[in-house]
Amino acid sequence: MTTSAVLRVSNISKNYHVPSPILSKLRPGALRRESLTALDGIDLELRAGEILALVGESGSGKSTLAKILVGSVEASAGQLDYRGLPMPVRRGRDATRRIQMVFQDPYSSLNPRITVGAILAELLKLHKIVPRNEVRAESIRLLNLVGMQEEALDAYPSQFSGGQRQRIAIARALAVRPDVLIADEPVSALDVSVQATILELFTSLRVELGLSILFVAHNLAVVQHLSQRVAVMYLGRIVEVAETAELFANPRHPYTQALIGSIPRMSESSVNLELVLEGEPPSPYDIPSGCRFHPRCPAAVTACREIDPSLTAVAADHQSACLLANELPAFYPVATS
Amino acid sequence: MTTPTALLFLAQEKRRNTRTRSLKAWYRNPSLIAGLIVVGALVLVAVLAPVIAPFDPVKQDLQNSLLAPGGAHWLGTDKYGRDVLSRLIWGARVDLRIGFMAVLIPFVFGSVVGALAGYFGGWFDSIVMQIVDIFFAFPFYVMVIVLVFLLGAGEVSIYLAISAISWVAYAKIVRGEVLVVKKQDYIVAARLGGMSHGRVIVRHIGPNVMSQAIVYAMSDIVLDIMAIVTLGYLGLGVAPPTAEWGSMILDGQEFITTQWQQATIPGLVIVVTSLGLSWIGDGLSDLLSPERRK
Amino acid sequence: MTTPAPLLSVNNLSLGVVRSGHRPTVIVDDVSFTVAKGERFGIVGESGSGKSLTLRAIAGLLPAGIDALSGSVTYEGRDLFSTSSAARRKLMGPEIAMVFQEPMTALNPVVRVGEQIAEGPRRHLGLSRAAAMALAIEMMAKTGIPDPAKRARAFPHELSGGLRQRIMIAMALSCRPKLLLCDEPTTALDVTVQHQVLRLLEQLCDDFGAALIFVTHDLAVVNQTCDNLAVMYAGHIVESGRVKDVFRDPRHPYTRGLLDSAPDFDQPDRALVPIPGFPPNLADRPSGCAFAPRCIHAQPGCLVASPALESLAPGRSVACIESDSIFQGVPA
Repeated sequence: MTTSAVLRVSNISKNYHVPSPILSKLRPGALRRESLTALDGIDLELRAGEILALVGESGSGKSTLAKILVGSVEASAGQLDYRGLPMPVRRGRDATRRIQMVFQDPYSSLNPRITVGAILAELLKLHKIVPRNEVRAESIRLLNLVGMQEEALDAYPSQFSGGQRQRIAIARALAVRPDVLIADEPVSALDVSVQATILELFTSLRVELGLSILFVAHNLAVVQHLSQRVAVMYLGRIVEVAETAELFANPRHPYTQALIGSIPRMSESSVNLELVLEGEPPSPYDIPSGCRFHPRCPAAVTACREIDPSLTAVAADHQSACLLANELPAFYPVATS
Repeated sequence: MTTPTALLFLAQEKRRNTRTRSLKAWYRNPSLIAGLIVVGALVLVAVLAPVIAPFDPVKQDLQNSLLAPGGAHWLGTDKYGRDVLSRLIWGARVDLRIGFMAVLIPFVFGSVVGALAGYFGGWFDSIVMQIVDIFFAFPFYVMVIVLVFLLGAGEVSIYLAISAISWVAYAKIVRGEVLVVKKQDYIVAARLGGMSHGRVIVRHIGPNVMSQAIVYAMSDIVLDIMAIVTLGYLGLGVAPPTAEWGSMILDGQEFITTQWQQATIPGLVIVVTSLGLSWIGDGLSDLLSPERRK
Repeated sequence: MTTPAPLLSVNNLSLGVVRSGHRPTVIVDDVSFTVAKGERFGIVGESGSGKSLTLRAIAGLLPAGIDALSGSVTYEGRDLFSTSSAARRKLMGPEIAMVFQEPMTALNPVVRVGEQIAEGPRRHLGLSRAAAMALAIEMMAKTGIPDPAKRARAFPHELSGGLRQRIMIAMALSCRPKLLLCDEPTTALDVTVQHQVLRLLEQLCDDFGAALIFVTHDLAVVNQTCDNLAVMYAGHIVESGRVKDVFRDPRHPYTRGLLDSAPDFDQPDRALVPIPGFPPNLADRPSGCAFAPRCIHAQPGCLVASPALESLAPGRSVACIESDSIFQGVPA
């Protein structure tokens, strides 16, 4: 492990206890509480100045992990280190400031009753980022940074389009001068032509401001384009982590292979035709024994039903949680027709 | 079925073009204007009562009792010979005052309790909601009558009785709105901005949840005026001989066959007041409804 | 290329909001296209392009307040707009069926899914209750639902998003329609499930010989699913043709912009080029080409009149007066 990790999560788990209805408690043998495992022993590091993509399907726990990182959800177990020091469970104002978030829905992430200028000014004053008489200048600088003009200061969020709102939300996150941005599917609610501008913005924030960004996504084509490393989640676990090019060229987990094989393609010569994966992710209330992917896995062997594989190195800077990681067939993501 | 985005788009475009819509458009809201005119006129009458009332509202003149409308007494006199018009004008003072006062206290108290319960949840919320449910289980009038009876008739008793009961409605409304708003990402963002719970509630939640409560308050004033009338009818209202619309109806109904206007005109005034207030309520709900997409 | 009589033709269709005292706000403007028997036709566009409304007009499901301003929709020679609503209801199911984006809101929450699928065949094919239920279970098996007999007794909320969308597809195809209308049917689904559902739709349309109109914002999904496509922008079709021709050699600056702004898995190093600006305000359209304000190639002539969709080659049209000078040569 390198020492350049800005954020490191060690063995983080999150369980939700769902209280069962009173009547069902009266049935004999029904006393156990329903428990949902959203995250199960996550180890992950976010390195300085990188965009790390976190991909997975709904229910994989990627949004829960994002919320734990920003502190809006408390982990059931495990530790979160920020620059080598443990992050307190109750974060102070300064600790909170370091890790900011950009949300998926630009329509619910801005307070409709407060002008853009007031949103930024409130944060700048609260954290004393700049002297009071420079608040306006700093707000304009922030807007320019995300590609917006000074006029936006006096407008309400409803006067902007989705893409513009997402820029404002990014400016708000940047106002408190964070080191880390957690972006939870920030482009999936936007139109294609607007998506590109926001992706470009994330890249420039990384390159020019040196921000470290965790980018939660489900669109692998976007991830491939944007990130330096990718972590793939399945049902509360990280099943594979690698550098982006390595992951897409040489996926060492059958689930990653299936995800790549499911990407709709843009050119006629590379249309995905095979049906790569049967079934749907099982319920997080009832996680399969052994490897949690085995019921859907085309490569599963008997051992996969019993042994729960942990994340192990399969190549330089490439980890996979598959018993057969080194025996999986070579993967040809392009099915030429 | 989802709305085709073209429609949302159209709506969004429209909004984008009307800058600061909510501040400028109030005068283009006919319902609000009509309500403000009606209620404004009533308030003016109440304020100017000593100037514009032609007679003393409580002075009896048994020689001239039960006069028909016309002459010096435009609306006639009641059974004690008091001028009906003057009593109506002075009654506006009492009824509007009780109506507004009996809404103000529960509005403030109920909204604060509801906001705290909705925001923090947990045991406080459970207790508040239990109390709310208990209060809702009893009919409003029965509780008010019992309380006024226990406290003794009079204006202060009426404030106290109504306040003690009707705050639960505000608590319930505001709590429900807070539950919706607190899940919005901008509240999470405000917390991530290092803001305290108090600041988040007052600045970021408050303005987004109060519109329903304000609209309800308008109809609540009507309800409270009705309650005063009912209490007056049961002899638990404002002590005679103070002019008050409810007691005027009560006094007038003995003569409903011969002097129908005695009970009907105060009744009409109450109806007009209610209409004015509910127009304001309608107008405000148009004006304040937050631009919530989805 | 011979053109057999189309299954469906949309002719100069305009949709909009009519308000007394105002000019109508046009949302879909002069849209024409045809769909042949068994063809898979994609309509691509971004939010506000009018693609979903066009589909709803074909299905007769326009939301209240939106009216057809002009034009016609002809299905097998019958003008759908002049057909009585009763006759039109008889078409929906055995002839034309629809699959929605969010199955949870399109399915009745208090009726078991098997019965919901069986309802169409009972009404339109005159099957008995038992026969219709048997058909429903058969359809569920065809859409790849495991243990269909048991799942038929489930309520919609007991099923996952992918299964619900399969139920919608089973329901839509239960009366063997000749035309299936799909409104972003996989947008709400996960990647692997989206892939399954798209493969399923293609396979079933082949098996049943149904034509498909597929509305989506995702270019890659169209590439995977459709033969032909129309690209819509601000209520107009700006370009249409065979998917592979349009993708290889776009002839409208907007189509080109869309393709350049979308990440392509096969070309990870290609820079994404966003389209500058915003779509126009539909209530206050610019007089010329709707795309002109965002178009880097716009000439003074583009601001004069809205360009008509002109044929470039058989089956290939574009609505851009500068197309030839921007994209040299004739399409392959």
